[in-house]
Amino acid sequence: MAENAAMTPEFLIKAAGLGAIRGERVLFSDLSLEVKAGEALVLRGANGAGKSTLLRMLGGLSRPDAGAVERPVRHHWIGHRNGLKPHETPRAHLSHWGRVWGSSADTKEIAGQMGIERPFDVAGRLLSAGQKRRTAIARLLLADRPLWLLDEPFSALDTQGKTLVTGLIDKHRASGGAVIAALHGEAPFEASGEVQL
Amino acid sequence: MTAQSPLRAAFRQALGEAWAGGAGVLLPIGFFAGAAMLVPFTVGSESSQLSSIGTGILWVALALASLVSMERVFQADLEDGVLELWAQEETPLFLVAAAKIIAHWLVSGLPLVLLTPPIGIALQVDPGALVPAMLAYGLGGLAFFLWGGVAGALAASVARGGLLISLLALPLFVPTAIFGALATIEGPGGPSLLFLGATTLFALSIAPFAASAALRLAVD
Repeated sequence: MAENAAMTPEFLIKAAGLGAIRGERVLFSDLSLEVKAGEALVLRGANGAGKSTLLRMLGGLSRPDAGAVERPVRHHWIGHRNGLKPHETPRAHLSHWGRVWGSSADTKEIAGQMGIERPFDVAGRLLSAGQKRRTAIARLLLADRPLWLLDEPFSALDTQGKTLVTGLIDKHRASGGAVIAALHGEAPFEASGEVQL
Repeated sequence: MTAQSPLRAAFRQALGEAWAGGAGVLLPIGFFAGAAMLVPFTVGSESSQLSSIGTGILWVALALASLVSMERVFQADLEDGVLELWAQEETPLFLVAAAKIIAHWLVSGLPLVLLTPPIGIALQVDPGALVPAMLAYGLGGLAFFLWGGVAGALAASVARGGLLISLLALPLFVPTAIFGALATIEGPGGPSLLFLGATTLFALSIAPFAASAALRLAVD
């Protein structure tokens, strides 16, 4: 039974009593959250409130100053930096991470889905901010991972791009995935919960 | 197989990055040749004098040239967000750091070793001793790149960290420089070459872990 519980965890990520200190300032303290399959949690707060810090703790990039994060499943990370190298084309970027993750997904097809077919062979430094963002978000489609951690996923995207990403998030949730997104402004998808920092 | 493919991808990405722009290959070569070629102008071109210090000059030039392009190796990854992605992977970060340092050494370090015979001849070093000495320069150069990689990882989050890299790495070069210089004088088969190999193995076993710890700090 214990093994069964480990196989199908009831939550995809759980944090208890998280706290963050920057210099002499407490950004947040005693913050707890839990996200289950199909849910989408939105992190809100003014600039510098600690949205990115919280997201980095959830992803395991930063060690929490207090509390602990439990993450039994693998996750995708879209940070505010895209992870695209200046000399790297979207094709090279997607096939690189596809290789890292042992993915057999068709990068050309993903590019079509993300609307980056035209600049597919253009080096990263020549791409527009929106094209770079789309390339980063295309990573989500390379490998099937239940949890998506997104830092301002809609930044630099045009209306069509926003619709596209909203569609991806909805589809991901419908198929049993979960999303945690740090956002400014309105969430274009229906959030199941909100954390105000 | 599954554990190896992320590493191969990391290695490939590092090779691609080192080649992109070309400076990763040419800058250390230019620096190495330039620094060594200044010596005859400063100490005089008397062949007895030059040949006695020639192998030592090559060691100094090799040590300095191995640091020239170290600043960007990890800093670029931190700036464009690639390090964040690697830090969240299941692949151990020390293996990724090792793959990056080795790739960097292949592109910018190995050409320096191949360049030691022509520069050595210009410095009046006995030509017969130069080809066997390449083994020592190769072993030593690898250790220089490994320690340089640790320093580069420590300085990744520092703007203009080049000076910091030199300050951190040069003291770590000392054992390699001592045994390397002795090994090139003794020639192959001497005990110093074994000690040189030992310092390189030591670097190989410590540097990836030190670099990955530094990268974890940088990415936090």
